[in-house]
Formats: sequence, structure tokens, C-alpha cells
Amino acid sequence: MSTVVEPATAASPARTRAARDASGAARLGVGSGLGLGMAVLWLSLLVLIPLAAVVARGFTGGWNGFWDNITDPSAVRALRLTVVSSLLVAAINAVMGTLLAWVLVRDPFPGRRLVDLIIDIPFALPTIVAGLVLLAVYGTDSPVGIHLLGTQRAIVLGLLFVTLPFAVRSVQPVLMALDTEVEQAAACLGASPFTIFRRVVLPLLLPAIASGATLAFARAMGEYGSVLLISGGLSRTKVSSMYAYQKIENFDFPAAAATATVLLAVSLLVIVGLDLLQRAAARRG
Amino acid sequence: MSIEVSSVGKRFGSFVALDDVDLTVADGRLTALLGPSGGGKSTLLRIIGGLEQPDSGTVRINGKDATRVPPQRRNVGFVFQHYAAFKHLTVYRNVAFGLEIRKRPKAEIRARVQELLALVHLEQFADRLPEQLSGGQRQRMALARALAVEPTVLLLDEPFGALDAQVRKELRDWLRRLHDEVHVTTIFVTHDQEEALEVADELVVINQGRIEQVGTPADVYDKPANDFVMGFLGPVTRLAGRLVRPHDLEILTSEAPDTTPAEVTGLQRIGFEVRLTLDAGAEQPWAQLTRGQAEDLRLAIGQHVWIRATR
Amino acid sequence: MGNRRSATRLVQRTIALLYVAVLVLVPLVVVTWKTVSPGPSAFWSAISSQQAVTAFRLTAEIALASVALNAVFGVGLGLLITRYRFPGRRLLSALADLPLSVSPIVVGLALVLVYGPVDGWFGGTLHSAGIEIIFSLPGMILATTFVSFPLVLREVVPVLAEEGIEQEQAARVLGANAWQRFLRITLPVIRPALLYGIVLSLARSIGEYGAVLVVSGNVSGENQTQTVPLLVGERVQQLEPGAFQLAFLLIVVTVLVIVLVFLRRRESESKHSEPPAVVPDDLALSADPAPAALALNNVASNDVAQEKGGLR
Repeated sequence: MSTVVEPATAASPARTRAARDASGAARLGVGSGLGLGMAVLWLSLLVLIPLAAVVARGFTGGWNGFWDNITDPSAVRALRLTVVSSLLVAAINAVMGTLLAWVLVRDPFPGRRLVDLIIDIPFALPTIVAGLVLLAVYGTDSPVGIHLLGTQRAIVLGLLFVTLPFAVRSVQPVLMALDTEVEQAAACLGASPFTIFRRVVLPLLLPAIASGATLAFARAMGEYGSVLLISGGLSRTKVSSMYAYQKIENFDFPAAAATATVLLAVSLLVIVGLDLLQRAAARRG
Repeated sequence: MSIEVSSVGKRFGSFVALDDVDLTVADGRLTALLGPSGGGKSTLLRIIGGLEQPDSGTVRINGKDATRVPPQRRNVGFVFQHYAAFKHLTVYRNVAFGLEIRKRPKAEIRARVQELLALVHLEQFADRLPEQLSGGQRQRMALARALAVEPTVLLLDEPFGALDAQVRKELRDWLRRLHDEVHVTTIFVTHDQEEALEVADELVVINQGRIEQVGTPADVYDKPANDFVMGFLGPVTRLAGRLVRPHDLEILTSEAPDTTPAEVTGLQRIGFEVRLTLDAGAEQPWAQLTRGQAEDLRLAIGQHVWIRATR
Repeated sequence: MGNRRSATRLVQRTIALLYVAVLVLVPLVVVTWKTVSPGPSAFWSAISSQQAVTAFRLTAEIALASVALNAVFGVGLGLLITRYRFPGRRLLSALADLPLSVSPIVVGLALVLVYGPVDGWFGGTLHSAGIEIIFSLPGMILATTFVSFPLVLREVVPVLAEEGIEQEQAARVLGANAWQRFLRITLPVIRPALLYGIVLSLARSIGEYGAVLVVSGNVSGENQTQTVPLLVGERVQQLEPGAFQLAFLLIVVTVLVIVLVFLRRRESESKHSEPPAVVPDDLALSADPAPAALALNNVASNDVAQEKGGLR
């Protein structure tokens, strides 16, 4: 992840300018060194050491212990449900998010601003409140007559709810920055609106769609509060974070940590993946 | 206040920005550091201002070693290419900043700021924010801000580089007049030879981390130390293996001693100037004539002429 | 052709609006109805019980503490990342972003494994020194701070990178020392971004459930460690009344924050659409391409989506 930045070597104007400005970012002095020390210490105590402890505890029984814990049938079932629903959620988000972004950017209907604002609500709600909201509509005494309590569809719905803005907010700025002249040029060359979208617009949006879907996937993988209530506490709707919590409650820390390690690995992969996506997008300009 | 730079070296990684540079700037002068981008002139200025530490060598300001003195205690004025205006402060507060830091009495600050705003013709803009000013006005504000603390030296890093041609020209004249009024030792960095020739008392030509030549504008223009300086200060062309200025080429319609025969390959009028391209066999020099000269010679494409350098 | 296009547009619009309505609007209306229908006295008793009041106080204490910590470390770390060169800077900036993508349950577990009184790495030592972290306030503050850690940082870093160091250098030449430069130049420059980060961090802190659930032990009654979200969870799961009323309050807070964020986004958009008075070259001067790019890369990498990334 960390590439060493080569100092400017050539004498070309751009490079030298960079060299000069780079010197604006100073080497550490006493005060800033102390500050860095404190920041690193804090980050270690708060984030790094605890996360390391998760991995360490996950492997207390060695590789075999870890493997036994994550291949425990109910752990596997939870993980499978989590991965499958997260992938589904990412896919639906990619499609619906792009559509929503498209409508919000290109279709100036009245109330557009309001919709733009509403999209953020589910995601910003405290997760337990999001869960309660869904329970109220799709629970046992559903006012709309749809009963999803304890179904896997409810899990997907809960995840869709909290990840609603990811793809939209990722695609929207790219779409806004898109030069409509490119589309006009394609139209002059005889392309139909659908062809223009598929061959001209979509390729430009793909990195943003992918990164939005990836973010949604990551969020869905670790989600707890919003799917807790609607899951009905059944084993067929238990996602990995619920499984881990159940193990914590039973003081089975190695098993909880093993599942947590898997979730953590997914988070790290997503961060690396997003970084790569971002660079790919940056290279394209 | 004089500035002495001795054996200063500075590298950024493997890139040598300054290579053993010596320079003395006399008291009260307006000196231009001139050179191509990346030649090290800005680095030298920033080292004098204390914004950069040299890897080797010393900087003495007014006889005192200032090499390790941090910029906040050097009492220099620094004007940045992009103004570095304090965006959240009004013009007045920008100019007052250095005085406030020095905890001068309110009344004194007020008087001094008013005086400086008058000097840079920004009195009526005192309560505006920098974003409400034009580029030229912002740069004048930056100059007032730098002068407010009565610096021992004033350093300007490409001060007009971000402005358009017209404003640039005005500010250039204005800087010259300002310096004649204020007389603070001033060093400014530029890559524009016309700007340097027009404004400065003294030129320091810097290229690839080295000082190529120091002298008055006339000296440097007329007696360039080497081909680089010659080429950088104005247009050049090559005749008989030597660099000459195109306006120093004399065109004759008959053979004479020390001339080179050539054929006219092109004639182009640009305003009052006529550009003549020539084919002299091994070389294709070009000459710059006035309209009158060109008319007297009755030149035409394909014509055979004899040329020589007058300098 | 024109008709077909506007028909397409209408279909697109309808699908998009239906999706949002079914997913968001209908549930919100239902919750509002469930809050209002039992009447004002039910509302009052739901939010004024001993348990609720304690939860409010606890939530406020935790939120304030973690916002303060995040503001201090966010600004400090932001300055270090944008203003200094040191080995591992890129890694540090990537790590600082990590908490946003870690499951809250994993966060809670991680803290228990280190600070838990029974067999945590440091917990035993701290316990014998009389310091309790897990199942008490410090642990809940740690968990909340963990999940909202990057929010101030990622707001502040792009501003610091974009504004560059010129203003600070100018202040330096004019005689300002480090502290004066920070107070008079840096802080005013980042103030809007800082406030925005604080708002996001606050909203996130108030609403955290999973991580706080694990480290708090979810104790009610005496020595209550139930925050408002935990209390909502308990009331729903124990089929006690008063969950909707509390949830409604949290929804109101959330919507307020969203409106604030929305207004700010509009403001910054209109600012950006104006042609810059200063030559765009300014940006080139902001910092060397490496730190700017990497700071933006890491912090802005997750896009606008994560601009509001914190509010889980």
C-alpha cells in the first residue's frame, strides 16, 4: 500500500517545482516528533493493538484452532449468508444507485433536492433505529401486510436500507463532472441514447460504480444493529457479526475472534481494493 | 542591509538545486535573480528568507550569521507568487498581522497600516477580504504586509508570475518606483528576462544551481559571460559559428571584408520590425531589421546578400 | 423520438422514486405514526423514565468525550500527515481510515480482548490498579471514539492539503511562532471543515450500537451502562414500551445533521462552481504532489459516499 515517493530527480521544471514544494513539508522537529509519537501511541492503543488482539486470539489454538472455529457449521452458515447477502446488496446497489444518481443529476424534476436529502437518512440513522424502522414496517404487525421477520429477504432489505447512499454518492459527482459534449458527439455520430449510455457513459462511470458497490459490500459484511431486530434471532438469519456477538456472550472468545478475523480480513481487502480502484480511476483522468 | 551568501549548497534527494553558490547583494539595491524554471533561484531566495535550510554554506544578513535563524526572527519581508493572503482576514488585518505579532500598540499599528495601504493604493479596500480583490490588488496587499514590519530585506518570489500581462507590466513599473521611495534591499526572482532588465539595478543569472553571471542589466546584456546567458537574455542566431543577436546583423547588398554570403529565404513584417531569414550554406541565421532599413535595402526573396555581425 | 425519450425519463424517474419511497419514506412514516399514536403522555413517560434520563446523560458524556478526542487527534494527525515527511506516513494515513470499515462487533471484541478485566492483554494489570475500562464508561468512550475516529481527520486533511503551507509560511516570515501560526492561521482556515467533522462525529457517537453493546455489558438498573441506542434495543427486544419514542428522537437528531450536511454541501458546491479568482496554478503549489495526492487519495478515496461515512 505504501509506495515510496521518489524525490524529484530530473531537472524538468515540473519536477523541480515539486522538489521545492516538497521541502515545504518539513522533516519532523522536536515538537512535531512528540506529536507524532502521541498520535501513533493513541492510534495503537485504540485501534492497532486491539485489532491485533483479535487476530492473536483467533489463532490461540494455532492454525487448526482457527480453521476449526471458522469451519464450524453454524459459523460457515452465518458467513455464507453474510457473503451472499452482501454480494446481492452490492449488485442491487450498483444498479439502483446508478439509476438514482442518473435521475438526480440528469432529470431536473421538482423535489429532486428533497430526494437527494432523503437518500442519506437510512445510512445516517443509528443502526438500531434503522432496525426498528424496518421491524415496524415488515415485522409481525406489518401495517403494509408484508411479513419478513426472520427471513433472509429481511436481512437483504436491512442491508439495502443502510447502504442506500453508497453507490449514489459515489456515482453522482462523476456524473456531474461528465462532459455532455462527449455524449453529443456520440449522438452526432448516430448513436442511440441507449448505445450512448452503454458505450460512452457507462465505461466512464464504472470505477465509481465499482467503488460504491465495494463500499456497500464492506458495510454489509460487518453490519449488526440494523439487521438484528428483523432477523428474529433465528439461526437461519444469523449473519457473521451476530454469530460473533453470540460467541462473545458465551465467553467463547477464540470462536468470536476467528470470525472477527475473517471480517477484518475482508475490511482490509476492501481498503486495498478501493485504493487500487481509485488509482485506476486517477490514471484514466 | 547587505546579504552575503557563501558556498551554499542544497539538494532535494538526488537533485542538486544549488551547487556551492556565492553571492553578495549590496545595501539598498534592487536585485533580480533571473534564470529558467528549476534553475535554483527560488531555492536561493527561500534560503535567504529562512524558509529553506541550506545543506552547506552560510547566509549573513547585515554582517550577522543568519544561517540557522528561523524565518520568524530574521525580520525579512517575503512576497509569494500566489500571494499567500490570509483568506480569513481583511486587507487591514492582513497588513497588520506582523505588527500584531510584534505586539505593537494599537494606535501605532493603525497609523502604520494606513500609511502602507496608501502606499499601495488600497486605502478604500481595507475592510475587504482577499477574495474580493483582483490578483494585482492581492499582490499589492501582500507587498504592504511584507513592508509593514520594516524588514531588513524584502524578498519577492516570482511576484508577478500569476498575473496577466497588462497588470504585470503596471506592477513592474510600480515596484521600481516603490523601491526608489522605500530603498529597502530587495531581491526578486523572475524567469522573465524583460522584467529583470527593466526593473533591476543588478542581475544575477542562475542556471542549474550555479550563478552564471552577476552584473548590471546593461553589462549582462551586452557582455554575456557565456552562451547560456546570451541565449537567456534575448534572441540569438548563429553566424560563422558564433552566437550573435539578430539585431546586430548587418545586411549588405555588395561584397565587403569579413562578410558571409547568403540568400534571402524569407521576409516577414511584424509591426515595425522585419524578420529576415537567410541561407548561408552551413548556417541559416536570421536578422532583425527596422522597417526603414529593410525598405532602404529593397530586399526580396531569393536575393543574394552579404552579412556580418556588428558586435 | 422526443416522446420516447421523455417516456424513458419518466420510467426511470418513477422507478427511482418508488425505490426510495418503499425503502425510506414508508418506514419513516410508519415509525412517526407509531410514535405519535400512543399519545403525548406515552411519549413523555418514555423519555422521562429514570432509565431514559440516565441513558441520555450517558450518551451525552460519551459523545462529548469522544468528539473532543477525535477533534484533537484528528487535527493533530491531519497536520502531521499533510505538513511533515516521515517514514510510514502513507501507512499511518491508511490505518487512520481503517475504523470506518470494521464491523462494530469486531471493534467491541477487539477492545474487550485488550482491556477486558479477566483476560485482556492490559485489562488484568489495569484491573488490579483499580482502573475499569470494559463494562464501564471508559470502554464505551473508547469504542465510540474508535468507530468515529477518522471523521474529523478526513474532513480536515483535504482542506489542509488544498490550502497548502504558503499562508503559514507567510505568517512565519512575519514573525509568528508555531502556536501563533496555529491559532491565527491554521485553525481559522480549517474551522468550517473542523466543525463539519465534529458534527459528523457527534452524530455517529450518539448513535453507535454494536461496539458499545459489546464493551458495555448492556447493564440496566444501578450502574447503568445503557446509552440511548442500547435502551432502544432493549425495549424492543424485551417488548417494553417506549422504544419508538426514543428512536424518534434519534431520527430527529439524524435528520437535523443531514440537513446541516446538505446545506454545507450545497454551499461548497456553489463556491466551487465560481471561477477561481486566483490562477489554478495555486493548487500545484499547495504541497508536493506526493503528500497531496496521498492524503486525498486515502482520505477522499472513499468518495463522497463516505463524506457522510460516519453516520452509521
